Amino acid sequence: MRYGYYPGCSLERNAGAYHTSLMAVAAQLGVEFAEVDDWNCCGATEFIAVNRLRAYALVSRNLALAARQTNGSNGAAKGQLVAPCSACYLNLSKVEHYLSQSPALASGVNNALAAGGLSYEPGSVRVRHLLDVLVNDVGYEKVAARVRRPLHGLRVAPYYGCLVVRPGFQGRFDDPEYPTSLDRLMRTLGATVVDFPLKAHCCGGHMTQISRDVALELIRRLLKNAADYQADMIVTLCPMCQLNLDAFQESVNGLFGTEYRIPILFFTQLMGLAFGLSPAAVGIGKEFVDARPALAKIGAAAPAAAEAAPKRKPRRGDQSLPLPQMPEEEL
Amino acid sequence: MATSASLSRTSDFFREVVAEAPVDPHLEACLQCGTCGGSCPSGPDMDHTPRALFAMIAAGMRDAVLRSNTPWYCVSCYYCMERCPQEIRITDVMYTLKRMAIKAGYSAQTTAPKAPGFAQTFVDHVENYGRSFELGLITRYYLSHRPLDALKMAPLGMGLLKRKRLDLSPRPIRQIDQLKAILDRAREIDAAHST
Repeated sequence: MRYGYYPGCSLERNAGAYHTSLMAVAAQLGVEFAEVDDWNCCGATEFIAVNRLRAYALVSRNLALAARQTNGSNGAAKGQLVAPCSACYLNLSKVEHYLSQSPALASGVNNALAAGGLSYEPGSVRVRHLLDVLVNDVGYEKVAARVRRPLHGLRVAPYYGCLVVRPGFQGRFDDPEYPTSLDRLMRTLGATVVDFPLKAHCCGGHMTQISRDVALELIRRLLKNAADYQADMIVTLCPMCQLNLDAFQESVNGLFGTEYRIPILFFTQLMGLAFGLSPAAVGIGKEFVDARPALAKIGAAAPAAAEAAPKRKPRRGDQSLPLPQMPEEEL
Repeated sequence: MATSASLSRTSDFFREVVAEAPVDPHLEACLQCGTCGGSCPSGPDMDHTPRALFAMIAAGMRDAVLRSNTPWYCVSCYYCMERCPQEIRITDVMYTLKRMAIKAGYSAQTTAPKAPGFAQTFVDHVENYGRSFELGLITRYYLSHRPLDALKMAPLGMGLLKRKRLDLSPRPIRQIDQLKAILDRAREIDAAHST
């Protein structure tokens, strides 16, 4: 199976571990991702806040390049473009959908593209998220057949975030409020999947840069939810979610007086480990919160002594509403 | 679909918002049910919930709407749009209001004054390089818009650098001239549309 591949800016560096691990996993599963040559940024959630047509033209250049490069020759699935980042996935599929819906928008965009010698015919690219491709095209059975080191005993909170499940501009592959495909994938790898009621709630996106307190509260809720269900780690499918929950975990602890130390890994990193790959081969070690103590449970890392979290005085009481508790959960 | 009678009851500002949206947001269909605000993760921190904001738009309260932090506190999670019984494109309305606030020169006077600066700095980087450049984005955003907060971000920046999660220089795309030509043309078309 061969697909067009749109990595997006985050996967080039900040979420390099996602790129490394997904490529390693794809090789194991016989899937080939052909990167769209000379792609540009999708604009994240910023470009569209400043410009209208320029934002749609920015994304459409990628669609035009993808349509030309995934034209069914060289064995690539025609027009199938895989995006592993939630924001890229949303922007590409949203613009494609709106171009198909609005001839006026499509004509404006094509007028702009013509200035660069490009054009795009609405409907020629189908944008897919990586998770969709791995569970629906490759399938759970084929994944199960590759497992060499089952993740037995590892308690995983599956975190989907917003944009992969909502609003489904080009169709849905999972429930928008309570998705389960990642749960099933993690079970296929042998992990214990904890209930995670906030699994499709927002990590705050760029909010850490707009209003720190608002953002840290959104992140705190997710960490608390995973901790309440005694998850060893949270697995994610989005670079922004990974960055917020991982790099800002210490800030959350500072603001709320909590002591969370929950590693945040990409789902493809756990797939790679379950396939028997080494932690280095799937980019383990770039996370802020050390994943080694949790990975020692599955024999994928030496049991490093977890650093004692610095004791803090709570600066602010926990004023949040209580979340559902399940103290005696059956395994 | 709204009838012409119901549309005639709306304000000029309402019609302006609808015309500025990329595709029709169906804003006239709002029932004022409040599902949007109830679903919004940052709703409690907004000046006005989305429901209240839509009522204000219909009432023509241009100034209060464009100064509000509501659009800037929207995290684009699409819960409201998913749950809206009238299928209003709420997230698009929020983006539209951000653009209108910037265009009308309100962006520095909104109750979320840091947000437009972040969006604009991000856009400038993408227009120059074709891709996001996080180190440059954060450095320039903090130095130009929030110099006093720059120190707070330093540990995070160092942590990212130590883990090789930040590029020290941008990675421009090869055909940046092509992208610039496309974006320039789009700007001209948009300008013609708005006048």
